[in-house]
Amino acid sequence: MSEDVRRGDGSPNSAPYSFGGEWTPSDFEIQRRADRKKKVRKNAFIAAFSSIFVLGTLMTIIVTSPGWKVLSATFFDWSYGFTILPKILVGFFESNVILTLIASASVAVIGLTLALIRTSRSPALTPFRILATIYVDMFRGIPMLLIILLVGFGIPALQLKGVTNNVFILGIIAVIITYSAYVAEVIRSGILTVHPSQRAAARSLGLSNFQTLRYVVLPQALRRVTPPLLNDLVALIKDTGLVSILGVTDAIRAAQIEASRTFNYTPYVIAACIFLLVTIPLTRYTDRTLRRSIERQNAQGQA
Amino acid sequence: MSMPVLEVKEVRKAFGSEVVLEDISITVPEHTATVLIGASGSGKSTLLRCINLLELVDDGIIKLDGQEITSVDTDPDVVRRKLGMVFQSFNLFPHMKVLENIILAPMRVHGMSRDEATEKALELLNRFGLSEKADQYPDRLSGGQQQRVAIIRSLAVAPRLLLLDEVTSALDPVLVNEVLSTVRELKDHGMTMVLATHEMGFARQVADEVCFLEKGRILEWGTPEKMLENPTNPRTKDFLQRVHEAGRL
Repeated sequence: MSEDVRRGDGSPNSAPYSFGGEWTPSDFEIQRRADRKKKVRKNAFIAAFSSIFVLGTLMTIIVTSPGWKVLSATFFDWSYGFTILPKILVGFFESNVILTLIASASVAVIGLTLALIRTSRSPALTPFRILATIYVDMFRGIPMLLIILLVGFGIPALQLKGVTNNVFILGIIAVIITYSAYVAEVIRSGILTVHPSQRAAARSLGLSNFQTLRYVVLPQALRRVTPPLLNDLVALIKDTGLVSILGVTDAIRAAQIEASRTFNYTPYVIAACIFLLVTIPLTRYTDRTLRRSIERQNAQGQA
Repeated sequence: MSMPVLEVKEVRKAFGSEVVLEDISITVPEHTATVLIGASGSGKSTLLRCINLLELVDDGIIKLDGQEITSVDTDPDVVRRKLGMVFQSFNLFPHMKVLENIILAPMRVHGMSRDEATEKALELLNRFGLSEKADQYPDRLSGGQQQRVAIIRSLAVAPRLLLLDEVTSALDPVLVNEVLSTVRELKDHGMTMVLATHEMGFARQVADEVCFLEKGRILEWGTPEKMLENPTNPRTKDFLQRVHEAGRL
């Protein structure tokens, strides 16, 4: 029998692939598919029922609570919220967004430099290695709010000529100082997870220490730490709000000004929603890169 | 007689209090292959890593082309430019395509232009029947193909001496052969090499000299015929007997 005869009579039940023979699912398989469908439907029903029950109960408890009327009037006054939305948006874009952009770029450079210094073995860099370690230990260990206060009020107090007392710039500096320490540690951990055999292979090809780092170690390390770095970016966006303590009119500060004028807290809720609008897509994206990097590593493990 | 490519004289290496190599001396003339055999942990890999300066010797001298490479003033990068090394675990760079793996050292270490390096790399891939894999990432290749790419990568810089560290140990038996025939072809083309292996049949085919290591010492050495068929040292006999029982002879 030739291939052609065996393959194509185009019967409606033919499988989407062909090994040269015709295949129709057995009665047993057809029954199994029906059973599987039934099971899926049942699971969907259970999930829907339990969600409605739990979420419904929670909603009922909240809405029927004695203070709900007052709370919804002071926190969820949407028409008032809409009128002050532009003010908060201006604060968000002029402060939080710009702060995030400047800080994340600087943090990437400084963090990478610190990580490279800490992982280097060159004897000439020993003093820098010690300094970098002290730096990271200190600024990872002090709450960022304190750094912002110390930088924001401490540096102007020195009354040095030519040193700024612009709270916005001082706020950015404080954020950069703290996050560089975090990011340096994340990148360093990435560098350390690249297997020594990769370094050995590169060195035995004649690549110098620096070339090994540049072409072999860093590309792999950075790829691995992309998800945690994105996590840090989300945290950075939120933490830019802390500079409001210095008097920078960011989204939080703008909301606070409004709220203390009208004794209505809807501006805070609005500000929270604006932050969520940016951070939720970013966290979803982070999850996706994390999943992909795990898949990639698993694929390598099988090779 | 011309100068040997590699001379190892009375080399000793210890990790802490554990002596891994003791009084090791071997000479590898040009176009010959020296095969190191011995159980795992006998010091074969350490010896190769010492030759490559990935480990520093504690005593003794290693000379490459008559020049001492174990002196303090030696620049390891200069020495490694003359050596190729292939590892048991391939160690291809997973973030680079096959071609990029091969042209990295010629471009960055030997200053070749990208076009020239690519041309040479494709030539090598073609010679070993891997040209259609040039644009793939290593994890898409079988173990045997990965190891052959690793061999090509080490060849791309035209080394004086090739060090092969149990290059088939991580492969399943079906894939071992394609790697071994690649090594055999290199030998036929006159490549000088030192290999550590557990494949005794292969050792017999490519070796000019076989050294048996146990607990960091060379207990016996000689031609493959003598070593594999009529060893005099009872320890060698014992080792070969065990290898035979494991079905590798």
